[in-house]
Amino acid sequence: MTIANFIFYLVSSMILVFGVLTISTRQLFRSAIYLLFSLINVAALFFLMDNEFLAAVQVVVYVGGIIVLILFSLFLTQQAGLKLPLPGLGRSMMAGLLSFFGFVLLFSLLLAASPEADENSFSAITMKEIGFGLLNFGKNGYVLPFEVVSILLLAAMIGAIAIAFKTKKE
Amino acid sequence: MISVPVTHILFVSFALFFIGAYGFFTRRNMITMLMAVELMLNAVNINFIAFNRYLYPGQLEGLFFSIFIITIAAAEAAVAIAIIINIYRRFKTIDSDDIDSLKF
Repeated sequence: MTIANFIFYLVSSMILVFGVLTISTRQLFRSAIYLLFSLINVAALFFLMDNEFLAAVQVVVYVGGIIVLILFSLFLTQQAGLKLPLPGLGRSMMAGLLSFFGFVLLFSLLLAASPEADENSFSAITMKEIGFGLLNFGKNGYVLPFEVVSILLLAAMIGAIAIAFKTKKE
Repeated sequence: MISVPVTHILFVSFALFFIGAYGFFTRRNMITMLMAVELMLNAVNINFIAFNRYLYPGQLEGLFFSIFIITIAAAEAAVAIAIIINIYRRFKTIDSDDIDSLKF
């Protein structure tokens, strides 16, 4: 077992532990901070899987953007020190059963397929390849979704401002 | 960099997805529901990257899908939080059980 594999198991257990804490803690601010740690560990996992670019994007967008946005909205809508109510027994039983059996079903399908890693044809992903892929058309080109997603971001920005805009009372 | 079986990576991804699903079903506060959705989206990203890196190396499809998922997650979080703030102004709560004006 090499050091990288040991780090992989450490990072994976941190992802899962902080994920469980995110959805089980009753204090909202702690929940946001646990989500932050979980997402940083996901970035580390991308790094371990040789995707340095995606790890950087994950840290910039999720940790720098979405978590800050969530924290600000918590400050705007919550009183400090207020604890969330516990979910009802029936609801948590139902959700637990659904999640558990969904997980068992998916994992048994995975074990039945038992994919084998193809280590030989791997070559490191360079920034040049990513850039050419994003602005290329035809086979393996993603310029159309790239442009569509830029329009979507503009629409989301305008929509967020329009929805949250405070109208003057008459 | 790592040389663990693909099954172990996919185990993490599946477990994270269903942790998020459990949170989405049990939590009633809208912001925590949004956090659970973020967990699920991250699980999907891990899945895409693991398949791309270990089963189809030399291709970049999984990477591009993950990049677009991250972009759309950012847009979705911005719009969702705008809606949540608007709901809070109108109803003074963001508990999804209390917002039932449209319920028949």
